[in-house]
Amino acid sequence: MDWTLFFVTTTFALYIGIAIWARAGSTDDFYVAGHDVHPTVNGMATAADWMSAASFLSMAGLIAFLGYGGSVYLMGWTGGYVLLAVLLAPFLREFGKFTVPDFVGDRYYSDLARIIAVICALFVSFTYIAGQMKGVGVAFSGFLGVDFNVGIVIGMVIVFFYAVLGGMKGVTYTQVAQYCVLIFAYTVPAIFMSMIITGNPIPQLGFISNAAGEDISMLQKLNTVVTDLGFQEYTQTDKSMFDVFAITGALMFGTAGLPHVIIRFFTVPSAKAARLSAGWALVFIAALYTTAPAVASFARLNFIDTVNESTYIAADEDYQARAAEIEAAGGTPIPEWYGDWEVTGLIGFEDKNGDGIVQFRGPNAPDQLENEVVPFSADIHVLANPQIAQLPAWVIGLVVAGGLAAALSTAAGLLMVISSAVSHDICRRTLFKSMDDKTELRVARGAAAAAVVAAGLLGIFSSQLGFVAQVVAFAFGLASASLFPVIFLGIFWKRMNKEGAVVAMLFGLVSTFAYIVYFKFGGGTADQYLFGVSPEGIGFVFMWGAGALGIATSLATAPPPQDIQDLVEDIRVPGTRQAHGIADADMAPSA
Amino acid sequence: MSEKKQTDAKGYWAATIRLTLSLLAIWFVVSYGAGILFRDLLDQVSIGGAPLGFWFAQQGSIYVFVGLIFYYCFAMARLERKYGVEG
Repeated sequence: MDWTLFFVTTTFALYIGIAIWARAGSTDDFYVAGHDVHPTVNGMATAADWMSAASFLSMAGLIAFLGYGGSVYLMGWTGGYVLLAVLLAPFLREFGKFTVPDFVGDRYYSDLARIIAVICALFVSFTYIAGQMKGVGVAFSGFLGVDFNVGIVIGMVIVFFYAVLGGMKGVTYTQVAQYCVLIFAYTVPAIFMSMIITGNPIPQLGFISNAAGEDISMLQKLNTVVTDLGFQEYTQTDKSMFDVFAITGALMFGTAGLPHVIIRFFTVPSAKAARLSAGWALVFIAALYTTAPAVASFARLNFIDTVNESTYIAADEDYQARAAEIEAAGGTPIPEWYGDWEVTGLIGFEDKNGDGIVQFRGPNAPDQLENEVVPFSADIHVLANPQIAQLPAWVIGLVVAGGLAAALSTAAGLLMVISSAVSHDICRRTLFKSMDDKTELRVARGAAAAAVVAAGLLGIFSSQLGFVAQVVAFAFGLASASLFPVIFLGIFWKRMNKEGAVVAMLFGLVSTFAYIVYFKFGGGTADQYLFGVSPEGIGFVFMWGAGALGIATSLATAPPPQDIQDLVEDIRVPGTRQAHGIADADMAPSA
Repeated sequence: MSEKKQTDAKGYWAATIRLTLSLLAIWFVVSYGAGILFRDLLDQVSIGGAPLGFWFAQQGSIYVFVGLIFYYCFAMARLERKYGVEG
């Protein structure tokens, strides 16, 4: 515990130090870090911005549990960067303003379109931030013995410091530090796990190696082991192919349409830098995302190997003495970490057949035995790794600091979207068009402060409802169905007009929202799915619908003004951007 | 002079679209293709004990994505020189 406190305190002090060093002096600094962040630095910041508490703590566990089915997260959350690099980022950077609603409002010469984009951006960001705050609370309460709500408040204070003081500039440089912390914390246990399971220190190679000391590949062994216990074969899934396709699509296009990711590309100096930056971002992301599936398979195999058919030792017994007894009698004692994690409620043991031995079984167990590992949370596959690998206590402290870094860096990026939507898109661009730069900066700081408080409350409130996992589908579904089509068509199709954009965004927003609410909260059942697509993937289906409706509506109404068509030509070709009356009247583009 | 510039911008944009389409084709093939649609076919081959389609879905596609973006940066810089566009 002392090591945990040490790492958490040290990294927090580092983040505050960076915040004080990187104070923002103008709205340019506050919203886009003065447009002068180096592409590689921005790539690293984007990676931290992107990889949330879910990526760090839950993803590998989820993949361990789902096997092949978990691939949707891996392909979806990385493939989106290809779309971002070739379809959106360089052009939006060339457009030269501060926010996503800026683009939508100016390109579609309409405050209505701007406000709808603000609603989409706020909805997506608040959904997402609640999960981050919850992650912070879990890390504090699980590892430092601090009350869940107090943990969230501590997290809020830290984010408050660097987001309110430093704006995007402070956020950028703390995110770089947070990336370093989180990737180190993720990789160290992964390397040790890989050594134990396959004998190869590189997890990506261990993934395709033989199981240590055996003649069979690690994955084949895993397939045999899980099917023997009545689980789905690891390299297969029971989801339909079209559903897997749609979920991957919703996650990919959703990633490309997420405002907190897009605005990171406004901080670099040029379109060329934006492209390069997307490449670096994906390199830094891939470092974790190619490690995760390896960790997932190692952890699944290890969990079954060590826990299944072992003799249970209750937490109130003397572990060492009981373990020696069990071994003397020819049995295998349950690993010591099992008791530590039972306390958290993530795993447990119900001795259904009364033999004192833990039987871990899937739904179709050939020996008809019932599963006794109840409850069972997939998160255990990541959280217990340092102990499984028998790593020293400081590694566990490092993992906690890494999880907090992942949660706080993402939270800060989302706060920037929320505060700029209020101070810039609503106040400066819609309600008080004559507001000066100094006032706007004050409003932006105030909005960031209010957003921190709102996010914290949401984290506390949503933990009681326990609905965070459910609503993540919202963030990606809405980003892909409402924001992606209008941004994409706004760049690649000059004829797209105001009417088309408004119809497309409204359709994407309302249809996706209604579908997810119906199936997640309204009692809808799987046999009612549209084309057999689950709520997680529906954003992909409605994205095509929104795009088609937008195009049809545009063709049925008057083309956009010449100024707008010229603007679109300008952003396609780097270095030709000029101010165009109707789009840029309230605010000139910055170089 | 402005007319010359206009022609260059048009050529640049057409070339950009061609490049984008071919990169997206590869993007589609390695993820949706190899990882989902044709997975069963590819799974008959294995790479270090991992079925190939499964490997593409969990590893291979990500490596190709990284390569695609850096190639895009390189190819766009070349297009910008060719059509006299200021990168």
